[in-house]
Amino acid sequence: MAKSPLPADPMLPRRFRVVENTRETVDTYTFSIAAMDGVSEFSFAPGQFNMLYLFGYGEVPISICGDPAQPGLLVHTVRATGSVTQAFASLKAGDMIGVRGPFGSSWPVAAAEGGDVLIVAGGLGLAPLRSAIYRLLAREGRYRRIVILYGARSPDTILFAEELKRWRDQPGISCDITVDYADANWQGRVGVITQLIAQAEFDPQQVVALICGPEIMMRFSVAALKSLGVSDASIHVSLERSMKCALGHCGHCQFGPLFVCKDGPVLPYDQIATLLGVAEL
Amino acid sequence: MAKKDLEEIIAQEPFFRGLNADFCKTIARCGKHVRFDKGQIIYRQGDPADTFYVIRHGYVALEFPGGGRAMVHQTLHDGDLANAEWLVAPYRCLWDARAVAATVAIALDAACLRGKCDDDHDLGYELMKRFVPLVVERLSHAKLQALDVYGEGSTT
Repeated sequence: MAKSPLPADPMLPRRFRVVENTRETVDTYTFSIAAMDGVSEFSFAPGQFNMLYLFGYGEVPISICGDPAQPGLLVHTVRATGSVTQAFASLKAGDMIGVRGPFGSSWPVAAAEGGDVLIVAGGLGLAPLRSAIYRLLAREGRYRRIVILYGARSPDTILFAEELKRWRDQPGISCDITVDYADANWQGRVGVITQLIAQAEFDPQQVVALICGPEIMMRFSVAALKSLGVSDASIHVSLERSMKCALGHCGHCQFGPLFVCKDGPVLPYDQIATLLGVAEL
Repeated sequence: MAKKDLEEIIAQEPFFRGLNADFCKTIARCGKHVRFDKGQIIYRQGDPADTFYVIRHGYVALEFPGGGRAMVHQTLHDGDLANAEWLVAPYRCLWDARAVAATVAIALDAACLRGKCDDDHDLGYELMKRFVPLVVERLSHAKLQALDVYGEGSTT
């Protein structure tokens, strides 16, 4: 978990123009945006998020899922589930949005060097991990093995399908996908993601595991990793709570002594294992 | 292939790991090698569960038939077992099993093995110690699938 400096005025949105908005699945969209204020760079670390403001609708926290090596173009993936995110789905090239960020902690990709890296993504949880995957692939020689495991609801909800194929074909990378159910035309695996974890090739003593997905999926994945001997400190998860100010002031995302927006969203499991067991949190 | 070869293969299968040589020999007496072509139906829902399979190499889909559109709820791969229904009366297959790719397996005669377990409860206990965790694991996976954690409303 690494921390990055906050922007100059973290409450003031910067104006960005939509460059492209692409439909990924029936309800999920990926859009790229570029700054309008003449500042071409927008550095971020994999795992961080932005507060995206669609004027007239509202502001939502969305993880950055683009390539950190291309800071001039910010990429976010949104699932259209509420009034604001549904409005984001209809964005067109040239539309303007406000951006505050980047906020929060990041995936420990540098700390994982020298060992195995295991990416465990479920559903839309692949989006916050995609920036980390780009960074890992850019530095591939520094890791012993890179293993990507992805679970989705069904074949038609698989996110970044073309990239997953490319990663699977890339030497030195292992990439497996499973879906919860499929029709008979699907030629891949059907079953839960913990089955992929049990069969993946990595050294439990020399691995850093990065997990993102629905909380139930993350809990099962952590249990599967622990049963193989992976330590709590080697497991990192990205938590999702209601984030509003993104600065740890408003308290909406408070998680025991932590603020997910400021101390997270990426947190080492040994820091939150006890908190996850508290029903009221 | 001779029964002795089958006995050695059974002893090496992860599912049977730790079974003593006598038990492996007894199980091998109820077994044979089988091969399924891509697309071949291995068993259908409602068939007598008179055989269970240890998949050595291949890929099998477990499907719910119906409405002209089968739904796959699980795929099985190297080392997995198909048709645990052999253990529980009325010994009927609960869904279809189809080879998605050419598949090589060991087929074990369920009636033969049930008889041997009745004759030797130690063998029965050893097999139960292996099958019960498998059944519990599959139940837990089925519950996780039923929760539909990636479904509507999920934003991660």
